[in-house]
Amino acid sequence: MDRDFTRQRFRLGERIVEGVLFVAAALAVAIVAGILYVVIAESAKFFVQVSPLEFVTETRWTPLFDDPHYGIAPLLTGTFMSTLVALAVAVPLGLLVAIYLSEFASARLRELIKPTLELLAGVPTVVYGYFALLFVTPLLQRFIPGLPGFNLLSAGIVMGLMIVPYIASLSEDAMRAVPNSLRDGSLAMGATRLETAFRVVFPAAISGVIGAVILGMSRAVGETMIVVIAGGQLPQIVTSPTQQGATVTAFIAQVALGDIAFGTLEYQSIFAAGLALLTLTLLFNFAAFALQRRFREAY
Amino acid sequence: MSADDSAPAGDIAAHPKGLDLRRFKDASFVAWGVVATFIGLGTLAALVGQLVHDGRHRLTLDFFLSFPSSNPAEAGILSAWVGSLLVILTTACFAIPIGVLAGIYLEEYAPRNWITSTIEIAVNNLAGVPSIVYGLLAVGLFVQALHLGQSILTAGATLSLLILPVVIVATREAVRGVPQDIRQAALAVGATKWQATQHHVLPYALPGVVTGIIIGVSRAIGETAPLILIGGLTFVAFLPVTLPGEPVFNVVGAVDEYGAPLTPQASERVRIEEDGVVVMPDFSEVPVEAGQTLDLPHGAVVQSTAGLGDAMASWSPTQWLGSEFTVLPIQMFNWTSRPQAEFLELAAAAGIVLLAITLLLNGAAIWLRYRLRRRIKW
Repeated sequence: MDRDFTRQRFRLGERIVEGVLFVAAALAVAIVAGILYVVIAESAKFFVQVSPLEFVTETRWTPLFDDPHYGIAPLLTGTFMSTLVALAVAVPLGLLVAIYLSEFASARLRELIKPTLELLAGVPTVVYGYFALLFVTPLLQRFIPGLPGFNLLSAGIVMGLMIVPYIASLSEDAMRAVPNSLRDGSLAMGATRLETAFRVVFPAAISGVIGAVILGMSRAVGETMIVVIAGGQLPQIVTSPTQQGATVTAFIAQVALGDIAFGTLEYQSIFAAGLALLTLTLLFNFAAFALQRRFREAY
Repeated sequence: MSADDSAPAGDIAAHPKGLDLRRFKDASFVAWGVVATFIGLGTLAALVGQLVHDGRHRLTLDFFLSFPSSNPAEAGILSAWVGSLLVILTTACFAIPIGVLAGIYLEEYAPRNWITSTIEIAVNNLAGVPSIVYGLLAVGLFVQALHLGQSILTAGATLSLLILPVVIVATREAVRGVPQDIRQAALAVGATKWQATQHHVLPYALPGVVTGIIIGVSRAIGETAPLILIGGLTFVAFLPVTLPGEPVFNVVGAVDEYGAPLTPQASERVRIEEDGVVVMPDFSEVPVEAGQTLDLPHGAVVQSTAGLGDAMASWSPTQWLGSEFTVLPIQMFNWTSRPQAEFLELAAAAGIVLLAITLLLNGAAIWLRYRLRRRIKW
């Protein structure tokens, strides 16, 4: 007997509106497709001239020399090293802040601190680069004698400080989503807040926290300006953060600054680097997304 | 009750072993949390402090009204902030309509099928793509395939793609926050779906949408890497628009993109507006006076001064969308890359301006969100 009153008569105006809205939304898919197409197409042109084997095994990245070598390994070590330092800074700090805000701080304090941390996330990366070059590096040079003016350590530290808000905010959301009944049960058994936080809440929120860390990692991998300004632009195999190095992103920016001549191998090499970058970040994003979905369904 | 109590009889204050230590750890963790928070906040303070200390004395009116120059004493950010302004305008024109409409579709209209899931996956992934990859897309698509060149239009299109996920997600959350009762009440009195959305849902969702737009714009202002890729120049001594009093060079007849006349044999009657010099196609110079009417061959260049009308006309988008440009973050990056201390001071001053703008915008967004939560009581 119940009729479906949500179904509407066919009205052309409504259909047109819905069509326009759909096109706007479908544009997102078109953009992703566009990115993939452009990067893959130009990389294909690159890999016609440079064998993929050389790309992954060669240890030198010297596309601008007379005798060019195209091994992505140095760039990957640069990215890896700076990301490692960034995470070493951001994960402990971010998780500490998250646990503190979620389990210990009063609501008023939380309302005050969270927005301020978000401001940290809104600072332009050039400004962070300046900060790394002219504040952090001299500061570190006092404690680490012989630290070069450009090094991946200060770039990594500043990157880590930049992504603390991401990790803190997402982890805190994950922990606050844990039902209070678990906390109450733990406290009723005589545990302290700290023990409850670490042994009950944190494990319950772990997939959300891991998702947050992966997203932070993805952000660090994709960061350009901080490393370009403060990390040096020398593609070399990096074994210690006190060296200067180049990341995949820094290389792309470097070529762009030197004016890209369209159609040359040099031009195509930035797309090959971009392909490597995209592979990494899309992998991270899928992992984080899958983990966060799992976490959301648990309750 | 039993005679075999574990606690000594009469010791009411007895408690399990180790409780003191556990309580101490609990209390001291608060200290750690505060320390961690202060490190985060301290970074912001140190950042601002360093910038202000280094660049404060450079913040003069001249700084805002001068072009960059190889002489640090004369350099300024005029081309940078005008460029940023124009680029953001373009970005907003693209990103706001597309983002808000897409968000509305995904929340109000989208059926639960695979197409919708694909779109949602795409939006989520776009949020995680590094900004420099958007630059790669722009170079391959806008600059190359569509021949839009290294222009403000390209910059605006690129940045709008970059902030699209931010606007879409913010719109979705804002629309989601409007209770179903409102929609159903509108539908119950006979409104169509779009009427209900436009007149009843959107007004309530507007603050949230505006918050998202502000955050997106703030992000776009600070972006450097993609704009470097599409050719945001690091030394720009011109403005995409004209200011009154500037010299204006008009070429007689139609020219191609290199400035050469399309019909070199033709000539035109031209009335001279001011005293000055006309440069002929053979580069000889002919002095002229105001009021003269001359037959000039195509390719001759007449110089005049921009009046208010010329200046205002130059603000029409068709005039500046195709222009090369620079933006504030690129200018700051340029100066940071120079070793001389004076340029680093200029970089700091530019950084203060940039930081002030982004902090203001972010602060406004946060405040808006705070007021949103307070005001609306369903």
